Amino acid sequence: MVEPTLVSVQNLAVEYRTGRLRRAPVGVIEDVSFDIAQGETLALVGESGSGKTTIGKAMLGLTPVTAGRILFNGSDITHLRGAGRRALASDIQAVFQNPFGSLNPALTIGRTLTEPLLVAGDLPKAEISSRIGELLWRVGLPGDAASRYPGQFSGGQRQRVAIARAVARRPKLIVCDEPTSALDVTTQASALELLHELQDDLGCAYLFITHDLAVVKEFADRVIVLEKGRIVEEGRSVDVCDHPAHPYTRRLVASAPVPDPLLQRRRREERLALPDL
Amino acid sequence: MTVPTTTEALAVQSRSSWTRTVRHRIIPAIALTVIVLVTASVSVAPLLAPYPPLKQDLLNSLAGPSGAHLLGTDDLGRDILSRLLWGGQPALSGVAVATSVFAVVGMTLGILAGYLGAWTDRVISAVLDIMLSVPGIILILAVLAIFNQNVFAAMFVLGLFAAANLARVIRGLCLALREELFVDAARVSGLTPFRIMSRHILPALTGQLLIQMSLFAGIALGVQTGLGFLGLATPAPNPSWGGMVGEASQVIEQHPLFLLVSGGIIGIMSVAFGLLGDGLRDLESDRRRIAGSGRPIPLSALASAESDPHPADPSVLLTVRDYSVAFGTSSGPRTVVDSISFTVKEGEIFGLVGESGSGKTVTAQSLLGLLSENGGIVGGAAWLGSQRISPATDQELRKVRGREIGFVAQEPMVALDPHYTIGSQLTEVVRTIGEVSSGTGAIRARSLDLLRSVHLPAPENIMRRYPHELSGGMLQRVAIALALAGSPRLLIADEPTTALDVTVQAGILDLLRSLRDERGMAIILVTHDLGVVADICDRAIVMQRGRIVEEGAVEAIFYAAKDPYTQQLLASTPNIARDAADPGRDTDG
Amino acid sequence: MLRIIVRRLLLSIPLLIVVSGITFILESFVPGDPARSLLGVNATPEQYDALRQSLHLDEPLVQQYWLYLQGLFHGDLGRSIFTNEEVVTTVAGRLPVTLSLVVGATLVATVVGVLFGVYSATRGRISRRIIDVVSLFGSALPNFWVALALIAIFAVALPLLPATGYVPFEDSPQLWLSSLVLPVVALAIGGVALIAKVTRDSMLSTLGLDYIRTLRASGVSRRSIIWRHALRNSGLAVSTTIGLTLINFVPGTIFAETIFVLPGLGSAVVTATNLHDIPVVQGIGLTFTLIVIIVNLLVDVAYGLLNPKVRSS
Repeated sequence: MVEPTLVSVQNLAVEYRTGRLRRAPVGVIEDVSFDIAQGETLALVGESGSGKTTIGKAMLGLTPVTAGRILFNGSDITHLRGAGRRALASDIQAVFQNPFGSLNPALTIGRTLTEPLLVAGDLPKAEISSRIGELLWRVGLPGDAASRYPGQFSGGQRQRVAIARAVARRPKLIVCDEPTSALDVTTQASALELLHELQDDLGCAYLFITHDLAVVKEFADRVIVLEKGRIVEEGRSVDVCDHPAHPYTRRLVASAPVPDPLLQRRRREERLALPDL
Repeated sequence: MTVPTTTEALAVQSRSSWTRTVRHRIIPAIALTVIVLVTASVSVAPLLAPYPPLKQDLLNSLAGPSGAHLLGTDDLGRDILSRLLWGGQPALSGVAVATSVFAVVGMTLGILAGYLGAWTDRVISAVLDIMLSVPGIILILAVLAIFNQNVFAAMFVLGLFAAANLARVIRGLCLALREELFVDAARVSGLTPFRIMSRHILPALTGQLLIQMSLFAGIALGVQTGLGFLGLATPAPNPSWGGMVGEASQVIEQHPLFLLVSGGIIGIMSVAFGLLGDGLRDLESDRRRIAGSGRPIPLSALASAESDPHPADPSVLLTVRDYSVAFGTSSGPRTVVDSISFTVKEGEIFGLVGESGSGKTVTAQSLLGLLSENGGIVGGAAWLGSQRISPATDQELRKVRGREIGFVAQEPMVALDPHYTIGSQLTEVVRTIGEVSSGTGAIRARSLDLLRSVHLPAPENIMRRYPHELSGGMLQRVAIALALAGSPRLLIADEPTTALDVTVQAGILDLLRSLRDERGMAIILVTHDLGVVADICDRAIVMQRGRIVEEGAVEAIFYAAKDPYTQQLLASTPNIARDAADPGRDTDG
Repeated sequence: MLRIIVRRLLLSIPLLIVVSGITFILESFVPGDPARSLLGVNATPEQYDALRQSLHLDEPLVQQYWLYLQGLFHGDLGRSIFTNEEVVTTVAGRLPVTLSLVVGATLVATVVGVLFGVYSATRGRISRRIIDVVSLFGSALPNFWVALALIAIFAVALPLLPATGYVPFEDSPQLWLSSLVLPVVALAIGGVALIAKVTRDSMLSTLGLDYIRTLRASGVSRRSIIWRHALRNSGLAVSTTIGLTLINFVPGTIFAETIFVLPGLGSAVVTATNLHDIPVVQGIGLTFTLIVIIVNLLVDVAYGLLNPKVRSS
């Protein structure tokens, strides 16, 4: 059964002006189109300069769009600002890369989590603190965490707080911008597990932005490969990772080292045999 | 992409915790008390002063301190203490006026420019530029001439023009805060700009405002009393602190104490304002600390009875035995590396593997004595061949650094001095090592050779470039070239590819392997990525919380890991070659 | 780099206009009648009128200002109401004195401040504390009081240096120097603290940077690391502070020149203010503004030279 389309990105382009009088604007992404179905996990994969983060920001309204459209549930949200954009907060949320920066160090965890709930306005104040307790429990943090400050927690725990903030209003889409890149590998594994469980519970879709193809294969349903602002390949993650078609994707797959010395030696020889791009 | 390491968390500029408390809390508290006391006394001068300020006693002029006149009398026999109390009123009320104007105007302009941005910012910034360049003193003098020695008008003008400085600072802070990730997160959460401003931005600004206000108060006091000194403010015979300094200057020889106390009270208040401002600044930065930091541990504290090395096995290059490293924290020394032992053979690529907090980076850096001030070796030792290299003084290490052991760090983008060209930095290191005779021709030739040996194209071109003009991958190659300048027998590479794209990483790992093959150089590779270990390492140790939990040849570690932590690491590492339906990785339910 | 200079120069034009305009307007409000002050109380009404006319005092304000601006373009700053000397001449004559004072104080404050800052950042805790305290007092004590104290100690108690007076360089370089020592020190003391603090803070944060570690690991000497690399990174912050210090010294000359009786712009502007000698006040105000503009320009140029990102583009 084909799930209905939640997000449709059509010919998206973002350019930045360099501020110099005579230089042409710099194109960050060009002619990017893809869909996200309800409840699916779509990964955006690329190296630095690929534009993957910019796509996420455009989705969240944090970056102006030069051309193209973004449709959410059928309505055009490309240039939505102000009250209209704020209304989207109940449907689209985000988990950012830097667990140290995405939480205001001067506010307690409780106050940080209260923010989205207060804005929603549909919960009476008395119930907010119990809801926060629920959220903390759900992401595996102790109940007394609400009265402590981000500085007292580890990176992995802070990321869980960020995840709790994201799911507080049960959104339909969560943009995850390299949510585990700054974490240790064991912490990364449990964070991904948490995200997976939450998806089962809430039925939300993920736009999962990462540079790590190995994570994509295990976590995402479909993947889009970006090089210098353009899409070079897309498909089911298992297919793309096992049988990459585009030379760039082949190079990406070949370069990812695997934790298996004998296999890695063979892979290295295959990579060195690849033609130079 | 980088995980803040224990090293970074602990390597904060440290001082003894006791003196830090004194400096950060007690001194500003004293300063504040002084300010409050003086202000209070001055405000109730009518009640407190023993004599009316204008009452003369010509028979008793220029008298020293006595029971009747605690600070003596001036040239007209007036009581100095009373005049000091009364004289503070124009001074401190002037300061109050100037500081209020300073705060209100500066904050408003700064917030408007910093938060609204774009055109508002451009216009306000141009206005600020002009305000900062106008010689305010001229305008103050003009105002005094017009409004006939009206000090308040003059102080108003002072505050107005100085506000441009505050506006600049506030604007900068606002701009920086706007870029913070938690502000983005607040926007995504749906907060209105007003709410974002009041919850996230204003509280941070208030701290800085208070700091700037105290510092400015000192300046305003200086200006007000200066004007009084020049006779442009409060007209005689009414007392003012500045005016009294002027009177005292006429009788320096007869009554030096007069000059001392009249200037002294101004000095004390200025110092107090300055200390208060500095104290608030320290408090502000205290709030942002990540982890505790503390007393530096002196190197001599370690007792290493090991003076002779391991029986010489010519194939063993590096011997580390019972090695322990600790950092000083406010709750006592914290051991980060706990009595580890391992060896590295000639020409071997050796992995130091672990997650954050494992102590792997601290181990690598301490081998070359690169720890920060509050870190030290508290047990065991390390030898290169038969020479002990750790613990060792800077003197002893000079023979080793860059010559026997080379070092490559994690972030290539900040590994080189941004102010000098690549060529200038390379030649400096080559010259320091001194293996090449110092005709510039030979040094330059050697530098070019080094760049070629790391497979950089067009080395002459690269020599002329600045670090910011090169990509991360190229910079890392340059850093490796730098480390090779002394033909070291061992290269310590601390997460050399963590900050690089995966395709670039592959190239760097290839380079390291080829360097080992060509030169027989051993490499210690510090990493958290098991894929990298599988790719390049011959042997490795796995560290957890300062201890070694697994060691051996890589095949043994990967295919027959004994330690449960190692097994957990292996299971958690994403593997692109593993089948997605592998039962070893069950993520559903 | 060119952009920076051009922008600075473009901004100076409105700046000069603003300053001259403001002083003009303010001075026009000054109570009292210049004609009366000049001629005394016993002149006839016709004499007052004649004088007022020749000084253009009867014409509308805007007209007077326009005439003034025109004169400005021709390098004519008007004449002093009291001495009838051309303001340009007055300024030109007094400028060397003020410049010697300001530039000298800046040099002294820079050298001492930077040395303090470097030692404070690289030596032990005790010397750091001492430097902290000395700097704090230097900046907190009011500069006019410091000047008086210096006179009391070095000119009265130990008669080593002259308390007041100025000797032009052409007359005797030695006496010129000794007449400037105390005033320069009095000014400089106030500026050392900030330069030392900025140097120290900048050095400390630089010494914690990665590339310093690379240099250590490469075996580069400690001396080279401190003076060739760490200090270089502080160049930007320090040169901006030096510019700021110089600009702050300019109003300081008002006190220094008055106390030490130096025939400079600072003492002249105080006298002129008291006498309501408008053209002189304006002329000196514009000169001060010009000094500030030039200093800011130099700092901008230094920024361009020191910042490798600007240099290489």
